[in-house]
Amino acid sequence: MNVPSFVAGMGIVSAIGSDLRTNLDSLCEKRAGIGTMHWLSSARHRALPVGEVKLSNAELAAITGLSARVPRTALLSCMAAKETLINAGWEKENTLRTGFISANTVGGMDKTENFFKLFSKNTAAGKLADVVHHECGSVTELVADFLGIQHFVSTVSTACSSSANSIFTGARMIRAGMLDYALVGGADALTKFTLNGFNTLMILDKELCKPFDENRQGLNLGEGAAYLLLSSEKGLKQLHKNPVACITGYANANDAFHQTASSPEGTGSFLAMKGAMDKAGLQAKDIDYINLHGTGTQNNDIAEGTAINILFDSGFPKMSSTKAYTGHTLGASGAVEAVFSVLTIQHGIIFPNLRLETPMKEFSFRPVTELLRNQRIQNVLSNSFGFGGNCSSLIFSAA
Amino acid sequence: MFIAYFFCGLIKNMKDYIISTGNISPQHSMDVDAFFNSRNETSNNFFNALEPDYAAFVDSKMIRRMSRIVKMGVAASTTCLRNAGVEIPAAILTATAYGCLEDSATFLRKMIEFDEQMLSPTAFIQSTHNTVGAQIALLLKCHHYNNTIVHRAFSFENALTESRLLLEEGISPVLVGAIDEITYDRHAILSRFGLYKRDSGNIAGEGAAFFLLSKQPGNNYQAVLKAVQSFYKADIVQEDISKFLTTHEMDAELPGLILHSETVYDKTKGKNYRVLKNAFPGIPEFAFKSLCGDFPTSSGFALWFASLLLKEQKAPVWMHGIKFPLKNIFIYQQDGLHHSFYLISSD
Repeated sequence: MNVPSFVAGMGIVSAIGSDLRTNLDSLCEKRAGIGTMHWLSSARHRALPVGEVKLSNAELAAITGLSARVPRTALLSCMAAKETLINAGWEKENTLRTGFISANTVGGMDKTENFFKLFSKNTAAGKLADVVHHECGSVTELVADFLGIQHFVSTVSTACSSSANSIFTGARMIRAGMLDYALVGGADALTKFTLNGFNTLMILDKELCKPFDENRQGLNLGEGAAYLLLSSEKGLKQLHKNPVACITGYANANDAFHQTASSPEGTGSFLAMKGAMDKAGLQAKDIDYINLHGTGTQNNDIAEGTAINILFDSGFPKMSSTKAYTGHTLGASGAVEAVFSVLTIQHGIIFPNLRLETPMKEFSFRPVTELLRNQRIQNVLSNSFGFGGNCSSLIFSAA
Repeated sequence: MFIAYFFCGLIKNMKDYIISTGNISPQHSMDVDAFFNSRNETSNNFFNALEPDYAAFVDSKMIRRMSRIVKMGVAASTTCLRNAGVEIPAAILTATAYGCLEDSATFLRKMIEFDEQMLSPTAFIQSTHNTVGAQIALLLKCHHYNNTIVHRAFSFENALTESRLLLEEGISPVLVGAIDEITYDRHAILSRFGLYKRDSGNIAGEGAAFFLLSKQPGNNYQAVLKAVQSFYKADIVQEDISKFLTTHEMDAELPGLILHSETVYDKTKGKNYRVLKNAFPGIPEFAFKSLCGDFPTSSGFALWFASLLLKEQKAPVWMHGIKFPLKNIFIYQQDGLHHSFYLISSD
């Protein structure tokens, strides 16, 4: 079987908005969401800018209907997943086979941090309720159970490329005729664990990040969740929905260079982009826009740029990184940027790469720095590269 | 109670060959003769893996930097590839419910103890769930497909389903493994949840079981993976088993052995066990967690055990009542709301 996967609906919560509409408006109005820490309580790194979702756990719980005591990642996940299903017109009563394939990097770590404060001194101490959802899969199940999705549940965790991989897991299952709908994407809340982890790697910018700028100093961490409801043709009929886009290409490759750093020649990035284009049967000239991984670290942007420089030397498509808006949302970023990629197709607009002042001297291409409207966008390539050399690229095409 | 049903469109009439295996477990699973001749037991409520001399697998300088879960994963996957004579697989999939717990806890403790100051990145770098899959790729210089599935007691089953879809797409051979580690903290926490009560016979376990799967039998395959199906719900019923057997054309003959995840003592065997007994009257059964301990990806051990019995066509000296030739084995894995059925055949 070879059934195409259509995008029937989307939902998102990020530092630039709590729903799809607000995210789109912020992108168009060049409104970034990175700033001073408000919900995260880091004792030592309060000065580091972060891209927080502007809602407390209590507010997220009130909006979603989940308990405020569950991990923040589950709250964010539930919020975006619910919007996606509403946006697609999917209801629990839908009898076709629906799967939920989510992604995250640290599960319920925000609660585990609380637990460990006492547990690390005395193993009989600490509230067990704080570790009951530690597992990545448990966070997914909290949301699957809440939504009433029954046929298939899974969680992918490949660091920064996690939700790109969950997206094509769903596309592959629809293609194979195993599911009619796949709610795919990912979520990650900011935690002290990740903030301190990235801080030890010395790749956090103390100011607002500047992806693909010659003087970039590192990334800003963000949080959020985003999902797409992928559907088979049969599924679309039941939703009475015209699809906004379809997934035509996806590929996953490994850089196999270093646990956290990308190879200077961008081997993994090149193979992922090339693989996705081959799968879609597209040439370099067919790609109208690249949503860059573009974290703003020295290492990522040079590796990704080098791979693009080779792959698209016959003519560079328009491109931009949207991480200067949202920060790097880690396990959610592949899905956040997949949603942005579909928005570019849907509205014929290309979002600017914020804060880019001095283009990187190594490359002749320039990311887009102003909003472009009335663009005819047929095919978009979205990149997600990460720790462990895990590199994934997705291609969305106009339906 | 919320009852969810995971019945994801079946892959019918699929035959994937288990070409080779590599397994580090609390048993002598790295040495087939030793495994057949002696059974390792424990008097504790945890069952640690018998770890090999890692120098046979990795450069000694690298071993020092690797955490235990990574070492187990690297050694088991290397063994699997060596047994098949394959250098580079077309895809690497790892399944882990808990991920790299030791490094996660190390970083967490230091972060709390040193008040978010003077932290070293090493533990953080090795804490991500894809570390094992990434290290395998790095050592092999394997740029191919690489994914990590982290969904509790469906981690391994979902990784197998993905492997089978990759094989259908012509990506072959696929290296797929299940891996989880016992750590001091995991044991302390799960014991507080009441998981390892003495009289239940449920003991904590760990292991790394890797498989090389292919659509082609090659010259010397171990066994055939016919079906894997999972159910996300409170209890299985007999109809679930009969439907599964019918779908996979097993109405006429019952499997020759049932490997199941129930605990060893009769008094704690519950409803699921009774359903199994009724579905497979008179068929020999074996509680595989008595060999590997309890952990969400322990079905990797069960699949290894089934493959070995089907290949060798003999029983270990400590196992009785199985009739040979043995053609089919049914595996039942259950953990909370997660139930999975496997059908493994000799050809």
